[in-house]
Amino acid sequence: MSDRRWLLPAAAAAATALLLVLPFYLGTFWLQTGLFAMSAAIGAIGLNLLTGATGQLSMGHAFFLAVGAYGYVYLASDSGPHLSGLGLPTPLAFLGAIVLAGVAGGLFSPIAGRLRGTYLGIASLALIFIGQHVLFNAESVTGGFNGRDVPPLELFGLRFDDSPELVVLNVPLGALERLWFLGVALLVPAVWIARGVLRGRPGRALNTIRDHEVAASVMGVPVARYRAGVFTLSSMYAGAAGALLALVFRRTVPDYFGMFLSLDYLAMIVIGGLGTAAGAVAGAVFVSVLPQLLTRFGDDLPLVAAPGSGGVSPAEAARILYGAAVVAVVLFLPGGLAGLWTRLRATASRHRSARPLTRLEQEEQPV
Amino acid sequence: MSTFVELVVNGVSVGAVYALIALGFVIIFKATEVVNFAHASLLLVGGYVTAVLHDDIGFLPALGAGIGTAALAGALIEVLVLRRARVENHAVLAIVTIGVDIMMTTELTRRIGTEVLSLGDPWQSRIVTIGGVGIAETRIAALAVASLLITAFLLAFRYTPWGVAMRAAAEDGEAAALMGIRLTRVSLGAWAVAGALAAVAALFLTVFPTPGLDRSTSFAAMKAFPAAILGGLDSTTGALAGGLIVGLTESLVTGYQGQLDFMGRGAGDVAPFLVMLLVLLVRPAGLFGTRELSRV
Repeated sequence: MSDRRWLLPAAAAAATALLLVLPFYLGTFWLQTGLFAMSAAIGAIGLNLLTGATGQLSMGHAFFLAVGAYGYVYLASDSGPHLSGLGLPTPLAFLGAIVLAGVAGGLFSPIAGRLRGTYLGIASLALIFIGQHVLFNAESVTGGFNGRDVPPLELFGLRFDDSPELVVLNVPLGALERLWFLGVALLVPAVWIARGVLRGRPGRALNTIRDHEVAASVMGVPVARYRAGVFTLSSMYAGAAGALLALVFRRTVPDYFGMFLSLDYLAMIVIGGLGTAAGAVAGAVFVSVLPQLLTRFGDDLPLVAAPGSGGVSPAEAARILYGAAVVAVVLFLPGGLAGLWTRLRATASRHRSARPLTRLEQEEQPV
Repeated sequence: MSTFVELVVNGVSVGAVYALIALGFVIIFKATEVVNFAHASLLLVGGYVTAVLHDDIGFLPALGAGIGTAALAGALIEVLVLRRARVENHAVLAIVTIGVDIMMTTELTRRIGTEVLSLGDPWQSRIVTIGGVGIAETRIAALAVASLLITAFLLAFRYTPWGVAMRAAAEDGEAAALMGIRLTRVSLGAWAVAGALAAVAALFLTVFPTPGLDRSTSFAAMKAFPAAILGGLDSTTGALAGGLIVGLTESLVTGYQGQLDFMGRGAGDVAPFLVMLLVLLVRPAGLFGTRELSRV
C-alpha cells in the first residue's frame, strides 16, 4: 500500500476543490442543505472524539452548540435598549464563541472527568434542561423565547451577507454562497485537526480509555485529565458548529437547541461510524440531508403526507427512518458507513491479491 | 404552613411515581448493564394505549391493556434489538436504545398530535381535606399504588426464584449462567417488568393536576433519569431515594416560585437536574450506587 500514500491527500484535495466549485452551480435549497450538513459535520466530529473515540456518552452536545451560537450573537451584536451585546469585530466574536463553548465544556470537567460512559450521558442530559432554561430566561442576552438576530460576519472587508453585491464569473454570490466558503474553510481544518488528534498519541490514549480504563491508567494515561480535555475539545467543535449554524439561520431561537438536536448528533456518529472523522462527516450528511430530501420530494413518495394532513409528515418520516438506521447500523453494520467503506476496500484488495493464486500459467495471468 | 405540608405531600406522591420509573430503569441496568434511554417511550406507549381504549372497555381493563402493551414493547426491544447487538461498548448499546426511542416517540407524538388525552381515571379532580390540608385524590392514589407496587417488587426481588435469579445475574452473570440461570430470560423479564412499571407511572404522571397525556409527557418522564442516577444506577434503594428527592425538589421549587424569582420561570423543571449535578460532584456513583473499585 505504501506506493498509494499519495492517494489520500490527492483525494482530499480533489474533494475540497469540488466543494469549492459547487456554490457556483447549486441553487438556494441545496446550498442551505449543504451548509446544514457542514455545520452538522463539524459538530459531529467533536462528538465523535468524545463518544466514538473515548466512549464517553454525551447527551449535552446541543447545549454547547447553543453556547457557540448565542456566544457569537452576544459578542458580535451592539447593545440595544432590550438586548445587551459587546459589539466586538465579528471574526473576533466567532473565535470568542468557540472559546466560550470550550470554557463551558471546561467548567463541566469536574463532572466530565470523573464520570464514566453512560453515567456521563445522563449527567449531561442536565445541561440540555439547564441550557433551555437559561435560554428562555436570560432575556437580555438570548432574547428569550423569540431569539435574536444574528449579525452577519465580516472578514477582511468581505461581508457574509446579500447586501453588497458580489459577482464572480457571472455568478452572483449571495449570503449562502459566501457562507459556503466559510463552511468549507472551517470543515477542512476541523477534519484535519481531528485526524491529527486521533492518529497521534492523544488518540491512542483516548481509545485505550474507551477500551480499558484500568489498563490506560496503568500505562500512565492521566484518565481524568484526558476525559476532561476531550470533553472541552468536543465542546469547542460544537461551539464552531453552533456559530456557523447561527450565521446560516440568521436568527437564533432557543427551541432548536433542545434534546432532539443532541439525539440527532448521536444518530449521526453511529450511522456514520464511531471514532473517525470521516464517519462523523458521512453520518452528518446522512442525517441532515435526509429530512430535507423527504421534505422536497415528499409529494412523490408513498407513505409520506403533507405536514398537518394527519399522515406521516416528511420531518417525522425522516426521524423514524434515521432512528431505524441507528438500530440497523448497530445490528448489521458495525462501524457504520465509514466501516462499510473500509470493508469494501478490504474485499477489493483481497480480490486483487487473490488473482495470482489461480491456476494459471505466468503468461496466462491477466494483466 | 399548610402550603408547605401540601407541597411535601404532593412532592412525595410525585416522587413515588418517579421512583416507579427509575426502578424499572435500574432493573434493566442491573440485569443487562444497558442504560435504557427508550424508557420514556415505553411510558408513552402504556399511557397512549390506556388513553385510547378506556372509552370502549372501561378504565381498569384499559389500564391492564396499557401495562401489557408496555411490557410487551419492552420485551420486544430486548428480543429484537439488544439480544442481537453484539457490541462490547455499553455506550453503543445506550445509543441503540436512543434509536429505538427516536422511532417510538416520533410515532406516538405524531398519533397524539396536539391533543391532550385523558386516561379516564376514576378520581378526576376531586380533592379531600385532611386536617385543613387539601390533597387531590389522584395524589393519594398515586402514593398508595406506587408504594404497593414498590413493596411488592422489592419482596419479589428478595424472595421469589425470579428475584434470586435476577440478583445472581446482576452480581456475576457468568457464574449465574453456570449455575443454570438463563440470562436471556432474566433480561427479558427485566425489560417486561420495567415496561409495566412505566405504564403505571404513565397513568399517574397524566392525572390531575396535569391536564392529560400530551407530547410533553415524555419530557416529564425524563425526570426519572436524574432520579435513577442520583440514587445510583445499580441500586433499587437508590431509585426510591432518588425519586423522592426529585419529586420533593420539583414540588417545593415550583410551589415557592414566588420567593425564588432569581431562578427564573419554570425553575421547578430544572431544579432536579441541578440537584443531580450537585450530588454527582460529591458522589460520582450516586448516593447508594456501588463505587467501582478495580484491583489490578
